[in-house]
Amino acid sequence: MTALAPVAPVPDSVPVEPRRRGRPRLWRAVVLAPAALYFLVPLAASFWYTVHNEATGLSFAPYAELWTAEGFLTSLLLSFGLALATIVLVLLLTLPAMITIRLSAPRLRAVMEVICTLPLVVPPITLVAGVGKSLQVGGEVLAPTPFWATLIALQDQDFPLVLVFVYVVLVLPFVYRSLDAGLRTMDVRTLVEAARNLGASWPHVMLRVVVPNLRSALASAAFLTLALVLGEYTVAGILGYQPFAVWIVTISGAKGQLSVAASVLSLLLTWLLLLTISGGSRDRSA
Amino acid sequence: MTRMLGALPLLAFVALAFGIPAVAMVAGAFTVEGSPGFGNLALTLRGGYLLALGNSVKLSAVVAVLGAVLGTFLAQAVVTSRSRALREAVLTASGVLANFGGVPLAFFWVATLGNSGVVSRLLGLPSGALFTFWGLAVVYLYFSVPLMVLVIAPALDGLRPQWREAAANNGATPWQYWRYVALPVLTPGLLGGVVLLFGAAFAAYATASAMGAGTVLPLVTLKIAAALSGDVQTGFENVGLALSLDMVVVAALVMAVYLPLQRRSTRWLR
Repeated sequence: MTALAPVAPVPDSVPVEPRRRGRPRLWRAVVLAPAALYFLVPLAASFWYTVHNEATGLSFAPYAELWTAEGFLTSLLLSFGLALATIVLVLLLTLPAMITIRLSAPRLRAVMEVICTLPLVVPPITLVAGVGKSLQVGGEVLAPTPFWATLIALQDQDFPLVLVFVYVVLVLPFVYRSLDAGLRTMDVRTLVEAARNLGASWPHVMLRVVVPNLRSALASAAFLTLALVLGEYTVAGILGYQPFAVWIVTISGAKGQLSVAASVLSLLLTWLLLLTISGGSRDRSA
Repeated sequence: MTRMLGALPLLAFVALAFGIPAVAMVAGAFTVEGSPGFGNLALTLRGGYLLALGNSVKLSAVVAVLGAVLGTFLAQAVVTSRSRALREAVLTASGVLANFGGVPLAFFWVATLGNSGVVSRLLGLPSGALFTFWGLAVVYLYFSVPLMVLVIAPALDGLRPQWREAAANNGATPWQYWRYVALPVLTPGLLGGVVLLFGAAFAAYATASAMGAGTVLPLVTLKIAAALSGDVQTGFENVGLALSLDMVVVAALVMAVYLPLQRRSTRWLR
């Protein structure tokens, strides 16, 4: 997985360029045409690769075959499950912490900032190296204690919680930034104190006052997490689990067309999710 | 203590899920056959490992500089365009493609320029063209350029038309405007972008691994994976941890440059 980029919340108040008459901007075409070629050709070629081969001609069979291919649904469902668990856990951990900092412990802010930046310094492959080592050493040290069962449960093949924990660490910087930007736009202290004075309970304050104001920040945090987890290969592959991205690589040896078809599908999925989330948060704010 | 109650779960979680692996990595890197020593680290700075580290740095540097330049031009072309649809389309696509690294990216390019790829058959490219230094650079640019577009577009939006007009009124040529007004304002953002792109390319593993680049262009991430899985030789796990430590040092240097730059770049954009 490569570094996640924030889904640019590009300001709507773009200064409108004064209309320039006269010569058409040649340089813009010179930039845009090769860029379009570079970005669109691989998409088109990959699609063509999946629907055409010399033996059978044009056929959409690989896409139909995908659904029945062994491991496709299980791995896809595992990826979605992991993504969902990661989103829930990371929000449950960060949101209360960030609100606490704003309300009662401002001195913790510097600590939080460092903690939420550290994962950026540690590439996923190095983190998983450390995790693998810890699991191995932990297994040896904890073997005689009841904690050993916990450690084994973390590594359950059907739903490896250890992956969720690693993913939470990996997305922490992006979620932190997204929520921080969202919290900046509202006066948390006043809102919370007003709600508390009017007799709202803490869960009520969080769910009915804070969360609705953070809708778009939460949506972008969730999208980033979803995109990262669905495409994640490094950590899962090295720890020996088989979510979607690992599955694609596993079948690539025997069925090249199928793995490209799965790649096309995963791009479409990412695209769809982004449009849904950005569309959803825009409707509300409009 | 109760004042910090809400932050405690996160602190505890990070200590467990991040702290323990980090300690395990450092401890493992400095352990040679059960006793403390610098042997693993010394080994990572020699022969094939040093070569892989060098390859990774070189590839990331090339991708970062090229990606930053191309991304800036693309962003400028879009930002100054009158078509709102074009702007929306390119920025949304950038958001998707910048996050779309990893395995699918590798297969897209294999299907396009791989040995039996659609375009390489069409153009009659020699086999193996994709699996070279520049081939991998082309693949990495596919997520680096969109990343740069996302990073630099707000900065380009922040260039006020008034600055250009003021410069023109004072007799500046477009070249002088860019050289003495726009570029100095953009510099922190540009450098920050280069550093971010470097970090992303340096950490990338999935794409290179799925393409099977290890044999033609050994990269440090591929070496770590090989050492961890014991492909090379058993007992090399700690060498993998030492290589990881090397990577963290490089990535930490990168971040130490990036974060102050990022803070500076926002100064002019209010």
